[in-house]
Amino acid sequence: MSKYTEDDLREELKTKEYEYGFYTDLDSETFPIGLNESIVRAISKKKEEPNWMTEWRLEAFRIWEKMAEPDWANVKYQKPNFQSIAYYSAPKAVDPNKTLDDVDPDLLAMYKKLGISLNEQKKMNNVAMDIVVDSVSVATTFKKTLGEKGIIFMSISEAIKKHPELVKKYIGTVVPTTDNYYAALNSAVFSDGSFCYIPKGVRCPMELSTYFRINQAGTGQFERTLLIADEASYVSYLEGCTAPSRDENQLHAAVVELIALEAAEIKYSTVQNWYPGNSEGKGGVFNFVTKRGICEKDSKISWTQVETGSAVTWKYPSCILKGDNSVGEFYSIAVTNNYQQADTGTKMIHLGKNTKSTIISKGISAGKSQNSYRGLVQISSRADNARNFSQCDSLLMGNECGAHTFPYIEAKNKTAQIEHEATTSKIGEDQIFYCNQRGIETEKAIALIVNGFSKDVLNKLPMEFAVEAQKLLEISLEGSVG
Amino acid sequence: MLKITNLHAHIDEKSILKGINLDIKAGEVHAIMGPNGSGKSTLASVIAGKEEYEVDKGEIKLEGQNIDELSVEERAHKGIFLSFQYPVEIPGVTVTNFMKTSLNETRKAKGLDDMPAKEMLKLIREKSELLEIDRKFLSRSLNQGFSGGEKKRNEIFQMAMLEPKLAILDETDSGLDIDALRIVANGVNKLKSKDNAVVIITHYQRLLDYIVPDFVHVLYNGKIVKSGSKELAFELEEKGYDWIKQEAGN
Repeated sequence: MSKYTEDDLREELKTKEYEYGFYTDLDSETFPIGLNESIVRAISKKKEEPNWMTEWRLEAFRIWEKMAEPDWANVKYQKPNFQSIAYYSAPKAVDPNKTLDDVDPDLLAMYKKLGISLNEQKKMNNVAMDIVVDSVSVATTFKKTLGEKGIIFMSISEAIKKHPELVKKYIGTVVPTTDNYYAALNSAVFSDGSFCYIPKGVRCPMELSTYFRINQAGTGQFERTLLIADEASYVSYLEGCTAPSRDENQLHAAVVELIALEAAEIKYSTVQNWYPGNSEGKGGVFNFVTKRGICEKDSKISWTQVETGSAVTWKYPSCILKGDNSVGEFYSIAVTNNYQQADTGTKMIHLGKNTKSTIISKGISAGKSQNSYRGLVQISSRADNARNFSQCDSLLMGNECGAHTFPYIEAKNKTAQIEHEATTSKIGEDQIFYCNQRGIETEKAIALIVNGFSKDVLNKLPMEFAVEAQKLLEISLEGSVG
Repeated sequence: MLKITNLHAHIDEKSILKGINLDIKAGEVHAIMGPNGSGKSTLASVIAGKEEYEVDKGEIKLEGQNIDELSVEERAHKGIFLSFQYPVEIPGVTVTNFMKTSLNETRKAKGLDDMPAKEMLKLIREKSELLEIDRKFLSRSLNQGFSGGEKKRNEIFQMAMLEPKLAILDETDSGLDIDALRIVANGVNKLKSKDNAVVIITHYQRLLDYIVPDFVHVLYNGKIVKSGSKELAFELEEKGYDWIKQEAGN
């Protein structure tokens, strides 16, 4: 097998004879394009996964094969050809000859505006670092602190090996492989992601952020996150990065599962800033994400998201309020500019008694973009005294963009109290003139108005993240009013 | 301070200002009166630099410098302040935050650093007392849910904060009850000095009882058809504008 090449492999895969016998170690860091059972097995094998995991992936793959890509969202795009994608890529290695001079100057200018340190910039662009800095040592310090509390925080690949009982017990319980097309695909081929377990009664002493941020660069296109907060524990988790990722991957299909056991609380914050494509709408990432949490008795899950990137976003972080007295929250800011399209919102499924949910969604559309809120509030027949409050506000800039709201309400219990408020406003020339007259230039005025509009949601973000998110909003909308 | 010479301006092909001449010196208060649609608010907007209006002819000079080419914010940085007839609402942006941004942007334009927070708070406290503004008011969203009187008082509060060279008060008296009118007028009087100038645009004489003008001008059909002392305002109050229209027609 020493002369084994990718071409040979491709030939073999075509003949399908190796369907169950593909155990060859690959030298190549990227798998051949296309998807079939052999590829799924190969991914599992490459990651040295136990048999149950391989079988789980295969089952997901078989389900996916029978499904069709959903087309109900209010977005238009050329559907990706799933057989023309390579499903496994090893994380990009640091190129010792690469310096920041090789990085796109536009990108560097944006980092500067965001106040991102040089070392982080290098990390994000796979540039080797001159000094041995924070990343390694900081990560180690964090790991120690977390370890003392019994908190498990590692990549999901590592968790599958080290904590198979936890992964096996919970993976796919909130987002089953059958859930939807992209979730099934993710289950079959997920490359890596994060795993987090907070033991009973433990309050996680830090925002699980910095660590994650440092480790963010180079994660694959099919991320899988599993977060379990055991009884009466608390964790605040930050995902993403405010720095723009100019990833060449067209398709991102991530799955996030949150499990809040009795009286636990999970706060999950996301800043998404994938490459949105250029101003003519060319390129950009398709972000098709399934995020869902389940709440046991007296627990709470709070989703906060700031979505500024991606060409197409399809994302509905949801809560299944299974236990009595559980609480679900969704706070969202979605910004679209140029030709971006976002169809995002939430689902609040009230199953338990006295369950409560709050939805605050702020959509900002500029350029020629389309921004949709899609939300479902469902009250089951057993959910006595369930309450929901939803507020969906849209802010329009210019005359060529669109804002849409699709609220769905299904109440099967007479004691339910559901409130829905919606507003649409436009940044007016009068507002701009007023600000200008007070010495505030137009771009700054827009930033001020947008920040005011988004304040209710920005306030839900952890402090340091909120500051960055604010700057990000500003940058995302630069040049959107001529 | 401000010298306007033969100013012509139009919007959407409609000619509104048809040759305005006005000379305002430091330390003076000028009142501009006139019937509806005579071009009073347009004049204020054109001085402030609103882009929808096209200047066809004439010039505006601030302290000897032609400001025709300056943007709205550049004019503001140079000390032109407009108290709006209809102040806009900006949800989620508090009065304090707005004022802080405004003040610091103006400082930035002058090459100064941001005002230290402590100093800013002191200034806000001082100026809000001048306008008898409740502190709670300052943490409300700008103009959102404000009564007519609160909006106008907030405009004058901003004027107090920014200390402009030339303040144009566009119908600041409309929508004010007598107490609010007194507070606002009192504020303006305290801000008046020999180094700045105030232009009051109004329909009525009553504000002029409190802020006494040095000159009164009557604007009619895009031109200043009559100028005089404060007695002219009394005359207008008494006789209305018809005689002015007739005079102008001749």
